[in-house]
Amino acid sequence: MTVTARRKPARLWAALAIVAAALVVLPFAMSEIGTTWVRVTNLALLYVMLALGLNIVVGFAGLLDLGYIAFYAVGAYTYALLASPHFGLHLPFWVILPIGAAIAALFGVLLGAPTLKLRGDYLAIVTLGFGEIIRIFLNNLSRPINITNGPQGVWGIDPFRIDGLSFSGTQTILGLSFSGPIKYYYLLVVFVAVVIALTLRLQNSRIGRAWEAIREDEVAARAMGINTTNLKLLAYAMGATFGGVAGGVFSAIQGFISPESFVLVESIMVVSMVVLGGMGNVWGVVLGAILLSFVPEILRFSVGPVQQSLFGRTLIDPEVIRMLIYGFALVLVMLFRPAGLLPSAVRKRELAERSE
Amino acid sequence: MDIFIQQLINGLTLGAVYAVVALGYTMVYGIIQLINFAHGEVVMIGAMVAFTVINALAPLGLPPLLVVLIGTACAIPVCILVGYAMERLAYRPLRHAPRLAPLITAIGVSIILQHLAMLVWSRNVLAFPQIIDIKLYNIAGATITNVQITIIVTCVAMMAGLALLVYRTRLGTAMRATAQNPHVAGLMGIDIDRVIAATFAIGAGLAAVAGVMVGSYYGIAQYTMGSILGLKAFSAAVLGGIGNVPGAMLGGVLMGLVEALGAGYIGTYTDLCKISGISEWLTQRCAADGGHFVLFGSNYQDVFAFVVLILVLVFRPSGILGERVGDRA
Repeated sequence: MTVTARRKPARLWAALAIVAAALVVLPFAMSEIGTTWVRVTNLALLYVMLALGLNIVVGFAGLLDLGYIAFYAVGAYTYALLASPHFGLHLPFWVILPIGAAIAALFGVLLGAPTLKLRGDYLAIVTLGFGEIIRIFLNNLSRPINITNGPQGVWGIDPFRIDGLSFSGTQTILGLSFSGPIKYYYLLVVFVAVVIALTLRLQNSRIGRAWEAIREDEVAARAMGINTTNLKLLAYAMGATFGGVAGGVFSAIQGFISPESFVLVESIMVVSMVVLGGMGNVWGVVLGAILLSFVPEILRFSVGPVQQSLFGRTLIDPEVIRMLIYGFALVLVMLFRPAGLLPSAVRKRELAERSE
Repeated sequence: MDIFIQQLINGLTLGAVYAVVALGYTMVYGIIQLINFAHGEVVMIGAMVAFTVINALAPLGLPPLLVVLIGTACAIPVCILVGYAMERLAYRPLRHAPRLAPLITAIGVSIILQHLAMLVWSRNVLAFPQIIDIKLYNIAGATITNVQITIIVTCVAMMAGLALLVYRTRLGTAMRATAQNPHVAGLMGIDIDRVIAATFAIGAGLAAVAGVMVGSYYGIAQYTMGSILGLKAFSAAVLGGIGNVPGAMLGGVLMGLVEALGAGYIGTYTDLCKISGISEWLTQRCAADGGHFVLFGSNYQDVFAFVVLILVLVFRPSGILGERVGDRA
């Protein structure tokens, strides 16, 4: 990426301009097919944010986290409780998002601190347990004092609002009709662009190189004078922050959240996105997140009709086929590209060394 | 009825099952350092196959115990086949790939198995046929059923058998050698591929029996039953020190006991009405709620298991009986 930038700046800028133009037009093209697809795109963008956040922990610092969705939950519930009729609070989103991010970061450190000594798969199971603990608490904190409203979840959550402009509902600007999801889409594109820029800068920074050193060999990294404790905690905190912000946006888009949205399968989904895309490589992770959030949805809409046209009736529950294809896709991609679709430079080097 | 002894009995039963499932995780991990996420689904397949067979045989009037045994005998080969197939197709090609690649295929296999089961046995909760007459026995003020006794005895027998296999046979020696160093084991003339396949098969066989036991104990079976059970069993394996066979047994039993005792007592000990003298507001709340102000009820049962797991790992980062492991993610 950087090499091309140095050699052919003009071509890079042209490519960027084309991508930007495509991103601007995309939601209108999508809503021609159906508004659902704009919503699907929005969720995909949220997953991109989550995957990039997790990539800091797993891809950069090499700490396998199977409970990442907990931070998403923390962000989502922070937003929901501070901007819904549940407690009667209606703070504006630019106040809540930083609070949510900060609380999520705090939880990240809370998870990180006791697990600093753990390695590899022991860490994986502790993070998994942490995620489950958070979910069980969200599920049960309706008694004796009602904090989270338990399994019923929190509803009536405020959408984002800037002065008069609300992100829910349709508005006509310059003759174009902007529906709620389309407005959120543009907001999310900006968020994702910021997150991508941040992680790219982070990766090549002093911190990023220190993380890479820790990932490759923690003992050697410490011997080189890297403060492994602080840097690992920082990785957790930063990953959690992204998760927390994404959670807040999710809350506002959906208008309703319940512990159902933050189950273990979701954590595993995000891990799959990171690994399948190519962990450590920002563009790979983005690709993984987009693919794994779109493929199931495309299958959801196509499996039923395809069966109808082939056999004249629905032979097998579309849901089953959808998940079967999804499972096989995960297995096959990993079998043929074990380092992910777009492997990071380090992984490529490792694979090359091994095959010699 | 004595709650402590009763929960001890329930915990032992549950723990014995966890231990058997945990063995499957720990053996595979010990040999190829892979968290076999799909192991829980193998347990589920075992329960489902037994469900079908027992349902088919129940009206024939055979002795109930024989029917259950036949069901188990059918479940074991199916599960072994599933275990072997996933090793061969999804894990073996990735043996030299980056560590997380097989983890993702394991997740993929788990999704595939779950939905195949959904295809065959529907998405409903199935009532596992209760054909064995339940007899109750009294022990020190608590009751134990014949099913519970059977489960505990079977599990202990299987664990003893596995220990014999691992520590006293040629295959067991080969397994331990492969776990220590696959390259050198290969140089010593051990066919590593066969040893690994055998490990998967043994784990899957144990899982099949565990599936039948879980099904008959709770009386229900569903295509999702494997994931939470697998999660608990995997935690148990980690608690004992993953890769360590006695550790998995210890971890499993501990996990079961912690869960049962936790569920039995947490409500009583977090009932703030016991100390209602300290605040006016609390006294009023207690009076309004019928004398109880329970902070954490038994619905926090699952939290208990994980909190104990985390606490143990904080003080012993490699589990109770584990040794130090590598640190690559």
